[in-house]
Amino acid sequence: MSKGVAVHWRLIPQRYNLIGTECKGCGQKFFPPRQLCPNCRRSGNITEITFSGEGKIYSYTLIHVPSEGLGFMKPYAIGIIRLDEGPLLTAQIVDCKPEDLAIGKRVNSVFRKVIVDGDSGIIRYGYKFKLTE
Amino acid sequence: MDVGIVGYGVYLPKYRIKVEEIARVWGDNAENIKKSLIIHEKTVPSLDEDTATIAVECARNAINHSQIDPQNIGAIYVGSESHPYIVKSTATIVAAATSAAPDLTAADYEFACKAGTAAIQATMGLVKSKMIRYGLAIGADTSQGKPGDILEYTASSGGGAYLIGRENLIAKILDTYSYTTDTPDFWRRENQEFPSHGSRFTGQPAYFKHVIAAAKGIMKRNDLTSDDFDYIVLHQPNGKFPLKVAKILDFDKEKIEKGLITPYIGNTYSGATLLGLAQILDEAVAGEKILAVSYGSGAGSDAFIIEVTEENEKKRNKKPLKDYINQKEYLDYALYAKFKGKIKGVNLERP
Ligand SMILES: [Zn+2]
Repeated sequence: MSKGVAVHWRLIPQRYNLIGTECKGCGQKFFPPRQLCPNCRRSGNITEITFSGEGKIYSYTLIHVPSEGLGFMKPYAIGIIRLDEGPLLTAQIVDCKPEDLAIGKRVNSVFRKVIVDGDSGIIRYGYKFKLTE
Repeated sequence: MDVGIVGYGVYLPKYRIKVEEIARVWGDNAENIKKSLIIHEKTVPSLDEDTATIAVECARNAINHSQIDPQNIGAIYVGSESHPYIVKSTATIVAAATSAAPDLTAADYEFACKAGTAAIQATMGLVKSKMIRYGLAIGADTSQGKPGDILEYTASSGGGAYLIGRENLIAKILDTYSYTTDTPDFWRRENQEFPSHGSRFTGQPAYFKHVIAAAKGIMKRNDLTSDDFDYIVLHQPNGKFPLKVAKILDFDKEKIEKGLITPYIGNTYSGATLLGLAQILDEAVAGEKILAVSYGSGAGSDAFIIEVTEENEKKRNKKPLKDYINQKEYLDYALYAKFKGKIKGVNLERP
C-alpha cells in the first residue's frame, strides 16, 4: 500500500505546482526539471521556475483501455500540452467531452486526484488540464 | 487597527443534477420539492475531485485576487465535514499547492457547515494580534446525501477561501459574534457513510434559533438595525430557510436575494455562507455593509459585520462566482450515482 510514497513525496513540488527549471545561459525551460542544460552543459546556469499552467493542446488521444486506477474515468483524454513557456508535458485533460477536444485549443492546469492507492493508501494529487473557458 | 478581507476565491465543480432527475428516480413530486425547498439543481464533483482539490482551487483564486506573496501567509485553516483523510490534514495539501509552505501553521477545522467561518474568526485573531501577517481561511465540502433522503436534493460541493489581513483590505470585518449550544440536529458517527438528522428538529430549535440569535446579538452590540445593512447573507441549507430568517429579522427581500445561491448550486455545506458572501462581494461597492451569518449543526452560528472598501472596486475578482455557476454540464442520475460512489458493490478507490 505504501509503495512509491517516497517518490510521490519527492515529486510534490512538480506535481502540485509545476515547478521546473530554467537555464539562465540560453533561456531554455525544462519540465520535468533538469539539473544540467543540454545546450550549455557545464557553463549553464540552472534556476527553479514555476510554470503558469497555461498552454495549448499539442496532441491528444482518447484512452479506452485505462491504466490501473483510472478505470472509472474511461474513456478519458491524455494530452501532450505545450506550455506557454515552451516545454511539452503529458497530462490528463478533464471535464470535457471527447468531441470538444482539438489540437491547438487552450488549456490550463487544475489540481486533481491523480491516483488513489486503494482504500487505505495515500491519495496522490497533482496537475491535470482542462479546456480554458 | 483594521482587520478584514485582502482577497477571496471560489470554486464549484462543473457537473450538475436537476431536482427533476432525482425526483424521477425516487418517485417524488419535483414541483413540490422545488417549491418547498426552493432548489433547482446542485453541483456534483467529478470523479477526481474532493474537498482538498476544491480547497486548493479556491485558495489559489484567493491568493491571485489578493496579489500577495503566498510565503507571507502565516496560517491556513480548512473547514469541512468531508476531509479526504481522517488522519492527515487537508490544510497541509493546500499549503503545499499554494506555495505557502513551510513557514506557517496549518490545521483542519470541523463544525458541520460553519467550520469555514470558524476558520475566519481564528485567522482574524492571529492577524489582529500580529502573530501573523496573513491568514487563509477556507470552507469546502463534497457533502453526501443518502439516496432517497430529502437531503439528496440539496447536498452539493464547492468552496470559498478568504485571505485575512490588516492592509489593502477589499472589505473590513468590523465585528464577529457567535452563538453556540449543544443541539443534536444533524450528525455523523465514525465509519458511517451518510449523516443522520433529527428531521423536523433541524428547523426551529436548530437553524432558525442560532442564526437569528447570532444576527440579533451582533446587531445589538453594535447598535445597528436591518436598515443599516445593504445585504444579508446566511447559511443556506435550501433556498427557503434564509428567506424566512430575513423576513423575521426585518430585512427586505432584495437584501437577501443577492447572496442566495443554493437554489442554483445546492447546499455546499462549509462553502455555503462563504460562497454567498463572494457573490455579494463580486459586485459590491465602497461603503456597503453586509451582515453574514453561518450555521453549523450541533449547533452554532458565527455572525460578521463586513464593510466594503474602495479597494474592492479597484481590484474586482477576475474569477467571479457567476462564471462558475454558468459553466455546467448536466448528469443523469446513473452517472451522478457513479460520480458520488453510490452504486452498490462499486468502490471508487478500486477501479
Ligand atoms: Zn542553457
